[in-house]
Amino acid sequence: MATVSVCQYHPGGFSFENCKRNALLEADINKLGFSSPAARKTGTTICGVVYKDGVVLGADTRATEGMVVADKNCSKIHYISPNIYCCGAGTAADTEMTTQIISSNLELHSLSTGRLPRVATANRMLKQMLFRYQGYIGAALVLGGVDCNGPHLYSIYPHGSTDKLPYVTMGSGSLAAMAVFEDRYRPNMEEEEAKRLVRDAIAAGIFNDLGSGSNIDLCVISKGKVDYLRPHDVANKKGVRTGSYRYKHGTTGVLTKAVTPLSLEVVEENVQTMDTS
Amino acid sequence: MCGLLPRVLQLRSSFKMATALRFPANVSTFNNYNDLHPDWTQREVSTGTTIMAVEFDGGVVIGADSRTTTGAYIANRVTDKLTPIHERIFCCRSGSAADTQAIADAVTYQLGFHSIELDEAPLVQTAASLFRDMCYRYREELMAGIIVAGWDRRRGGQVYTVPVGGMMTRQPVSVGGSGSSYIYGYVDSNYRTGMSKEECLKFTAEALTLAMERDGSSGGVVRLAVISEQGVERQAILGNQLPKFSTV
Repeated sequence: MATVSVCQYHPGGFSFENCKRNALLEADINKLGFSSPAARKTGTTICGVVYKDGVVLGADTRATEGMVVADKNCSKIHYISPNIYCCGAGTAADTEMTTQIISSNLELHSLSTGRLPRVATANRMLKQMLFRYQGYIGAALVLGGVDCNGPHLYSIYPHGSTDKLPYVTMGSGSLAAMAVFEDRYRPNMEEEEAKRLVRDAIAAGIFNDLGSGSNIDLCVISKGKVDYLRPHDVANKKGVRTGSYRYKHGTTGVLTKAVTPLSLEVVEENVQTMDTS
Repeated sequence: MCGLLPRVLQLRSSFKMATALRFPANVSTFNNYNDLHPDWTQREVSTGTTIMAVEFDGGVVIGADSRTTTGAYIANRVTDKLTPIHERIFCCRSGSAADTQAIADAVTYQLGFHSIELDEAPLVQTAASLFRDMCYRYREELMAGIIVAGWDRRRGGQVYTVPVGGMMTRQPVSVGGSGSSYIYGYVDSNYRTGMSKEECLKFTAEALTLAMERDGSSGGVVRLAVISEQGVERQAILGNQLPKFSTV
């Protein structure tokens, strides 16, 4: 016998359930003179694409701390080795430290082998570390570079799974960026076209995802050359104030002035010398 | 590399966390929606999947779909779930993408080492046993359903299935993954012993197509591979080339 549950889980699509409730709440709140809470932002847009001579990595530059933008211009494209760079989404500390650890290990490995490191090696190291921590390290990465076997691009998820693909996006803005890629990606693009494509994908994330914002950083890696373009595009310039908001002295008239002296007596005095040596 | 899956934290069986983000206080307990943290940023990557393997005289035919999902988002629509473990031994992966990739990497290493020690090609049963040992030992921490298939000189083409939990058994035909539920009837009624390689390929492609049609977590292209004494032949059947069934 099936009993209809009052609280049913809606599997997909927009749920209009709360619209009526929101309208009532909004009306009540406005009657009291307050305004309803504003939208909050979290997340990132990072992406990468393989083109004819190498890879192009892109990222937005906003770092959020809960409901506040902590850094308006942070760098999400991290150095791994001279020919390998990695974009990081998720917990900023996790992506930063993970990429630094692997960069360090990869340099030692490279000195040991006497060869330029391969992207597959960096991928292995990252996935094994993330798997070991069973997803508790919240680092979602886009790893790209050029080595002796050509250009490579990997996406690495926090639980340790990886995908090797010609174009990848990660972060909360990844759906917007992926929409741009699915529309305009072609194999063996020229450098300028690839840069435009990545720039547009990140811009889609910035303008359509509440979690991404500020500028667009690009990193173009090809054989023997890396162009770290930071910022490549300042998509959100700070506005210029149209008026002056400084008031002249005497604008506000003084109606009354009352002075109350506070008499304090010294109860205890102790001196702590500062060690300035 | 044996320490790859150490005695890990008691977690995972009930609580999946794709990122370290926490639910803020304004999440309703009834409606699982939260616009600040969309569903797919918090789900683990899963190869929802349909995988299949069939033995024939002289080898095996293996097949899989190509969809990897994080919740409702398709993270990779061209995944290769047919992973080589050795020259003539493959595994079909279903379940958690991270778990199956890590297990496959570990077994590839162990089997390669074993093969060098033996100085001959390893048996398919050995590969399947290695998978079984790992999947059974860490059964609480892992979510992996694997089909091991290949060819060796001693017993020819073989298919072994290692489902979630770590059982291992040899079967002439095996299906796995979330989409397999929809094709048990088709497989049971259409499988015959003594099919040729071409018949097996057609059988596998049709079964996978039917599963992909009905299962939301399976889709993309159909990847097929034939493993025999001559080696491995791989092919992919793209969306528009898939066999067509009823137009309902």
